[in-house]
Amino acid sequence: MGEPRLIEISPVTRVEGHGKVTIHLNDRNEVDEARLHIVEFRGFERFIRGRLLWEVPVIVQRLCGICPVSHHLAAAKAMDMIVGVDVLPPTAEKMRRLMHYGQVMQSHVLHFFHLAAPDLLFGFGAPAERRNIFEVIRENPELGRRAVAMRRFGQEIIEATAGKKIHGTGAVPGGINRNLDIATRDRLLAQVEEMLLWAQDALALARGYTLDHADLVANFAAFPSNHMALARAGDGALDLYHGQLRAIDAGGGTIFEGVDYRRYHDLLVEDVRPWSYMKFPFIRDLGPEAGWYRVGPLARMNVAAFIDTPLADAAHRDMKAATGGRPNNTALANHWARMIEVLHCVEKIRDLLHDTDLQGTDLIATGERRREGIGVIEAPRGNLIHHYEVDEHDQVTFCNLIVSTTHNNEGMNRAVKDVAVRYLGGQERISEGMLNHVEVAIRAFDPCLSCATHALGQMPLQVELIDAGGRVIDSRTRNG
Amino acid sequence: MSEPAFHITIDGVQIAARPGQTIMEAADEAGIYIPRLCDHEGLRHQGSCRVCTVKAGGRSVSACTQPAAPGLVVENETPHMVKLRRDLVEMLFHEGNHLCPICEASGNCELQAMAYRLGLTAPSRFPFLQPTRPLDASHPDIALDTNRCITCGRCIRASQDVDHKGVFGYVGRGIHRRVAVNGPDLAHTDAAITDHAISAEVCPVGCIIRKRVGFRIPIGEREFDAALIGEEIEEHRDD
Ligand code: SF4
Ligand code: SF4
Ligand code: FES
Ligand code: NI
Repeated sequence: MGEPRLIEISPVTRVEGHGKVTIHLNDRNEVDEARLHIVEFRGFERFIRGRLLWEVPVIVQRLCGICPVSHHLAAAKAMDMIVGVDVLPPTAEKMRRLMHYGQVMQSHVLHFFHLAAPDLLFGFGAPAERRNIFEVIRENPELGRRAVAMRRFGQEIIEATAGKKIHGTGAVPGGINRNLDIATRDRLLAQVEEMLLWAQDALALARGYTLDHADLVANFAAFPSNHMALARAGDGALDLYHGQLRAIDAGGGTIFEGVDYRRYHDLLVEDVRPWSYMKFPFIRDLGPEAGWYRVGPLARMNVAAFIDTPLADAAHRDMKAATGGRPNNTALANHWARMIEVLHCVEKIRDLLHDTDLQGTDLIATGERRREGIGVIEAPRGNLIHHYEVDEHDQVTFCNLIVSTTHNNEGMNRAVKDVAVRYLGGQERISEGMLNHVEVAIRAFDPCLSCATHALGQMPLQVELIDAGGRVIDSRTRNG
Repeated sequence: MSEPAFHITIDGVQIAARPGQTIMEAADEAGIYIPRLCDHEGLRHQGSCRVCTVKAGGRSVSACTQPAAPGLVVENETPHMVKLRRDLVEMLFHEGNHLCPICEASGNCELQAMAYRLGLTAPSRFPFLQPTRPLDASHPDIALDTNRCITCGRCIRASQDVDHKGVFGYVGRGIHRRVAVNGPDLAHTDAAITDHAISAEVCPVGCIIRKRVGFRIPIGEREFDAALIGEEIEEHRDD
């Protein structure tokens, strides 16, 4: 016994998200525009309406099979605000942070080793059958072993804080439902020093790759953009769990900073385009053309003034030095940024495990009810906004989500266009190599299509080439 | 305790029974668990869910209402009975809207626990009826998510017989029979959070909700995290 006991019966139909790219040519057969279409499952906002506020942090985990913990915590933060709690008891905030660092770590490790490492080790042009994790493990068994162990460590932390590896319950409005028992703490502590060493090795791998392939990195889906992330109030440090909104431009100039995230809709406009269900947010003051921005690990590295854990801070300074202290506007350097964050998470996890507040018993705070709640967090893939209104009967009446992939929507479309221009070269055919590059460009943003579309599943990718007359002249598909 | 007046046999085990006891009461005392949903300690027997069905003297009867009689031979945990109960429980899942992973009763729910005990992990054999059923959150302290109601009637009996109120009652007939409140909504009844009918032990599922406490019990500490439903009865089996 003691195994999680859940019966799964879902009246909510699952729709698989799929990515489709259309490349539109002008009458001289040059690339005019590239559009990334994501078929969106619109059921969620409807489903959540009418539900009870304390159910929300649990229900939102169904949004995404890949990053449920981020949704859980963002919704819990929004519900803290609804129940009138602005400051959580230390045990609650630290347990939530522990959960979050565990989640970011395991998600980044998964991404790096499973999705990115094959490309990095074998090259983007390598045949599809070589570009997978099994090849990585075959060629480098130690790396594979560590990837599995690091991921498991992150998952163990999630289980220790949320009760289950996936779809647990930990955070409740105003706090957390458990503390960390000593036995579990000691089991995690016994592994943490090794994790710290491995995180440094993984960082060296990602750093080495990025610097060794400076040409590719500089030219691959790299373009100046604005960057947005949370940063810690007061000193601008990297803070994945809580902070104020800060945005900078491609040259490092501040667009806004120190902004209370509850004002996000004053700063951001969610643009709609007739051909896409996914919105296109931009910074209001800069307008739709210049106001788009990127979020994610690299955006966080660009936005953060420093990192408050020593090893990751040194790595952050080292990375900044590579671009002369200016923002890094490439896409592929996200891998490097991700590994700096893994190191940061492990350092944070170690510090938290040594903190006796985690054994505290004051778990839930109460306050005066409010109608509106906004929770923002830095999820593995970037900034994540949850916004709700709840009526006097405790029922949700309004829900708006901006997930990381939506923040990056414009950037992804531009990256795809960039690749199309570069690799199409006047041909009227989509080559296998180009399909690969389109896929890698999209993947560089680490989109959670599952989450953006509010559906579950891998992303099958279809690329269509459309001439000036609207005729599809070529098409290629890859299944997810 | 008075001397046993006679014996009955359940799955080949002879147990003591007294006049006036049901088969289930005698079995409980002997540490033999007979699955149940509508029957609940302290409430009058209703005999409606049929999950307690046993074969007694060759006939199918509900153990919660059938009196024990001298020499009665009862089949309880035979493969046939277990399958029958599993089918009944499975149909309860299909009749309502049950999404356990997001339900605050999960881990404390008798229906879910019964499904596990009976070896049912993913109901799938029947069509999901997906009825449209309301969530009544009008009351400041109580909510009613009728998507999860299994029409066991425990709240009705608790409200009438224990609270002397009659907050809950049945409406409709046959398969349309539903539990409803005695007013336009829960806020317009005299239901109170202190009612026995509202207490955690009466509603076996996540239909009657005490507001603002959902998900506060961590996974691992919920009622059925550590033990199967019925094990508390089987613990004091004397053989
Ligand atoms: S009431 Fe019980 S069976 Fe129904 S969804 Fe909730 S936990 Fe599952
Ligand atoms: S509300 Fe609960 S106790 Fe009342 S009939 Fe429905 S399931 Fe039974
Ligand atoms: S418990 Fe006997 S019929 Fe329901
Ligand atoms: Ni996601």
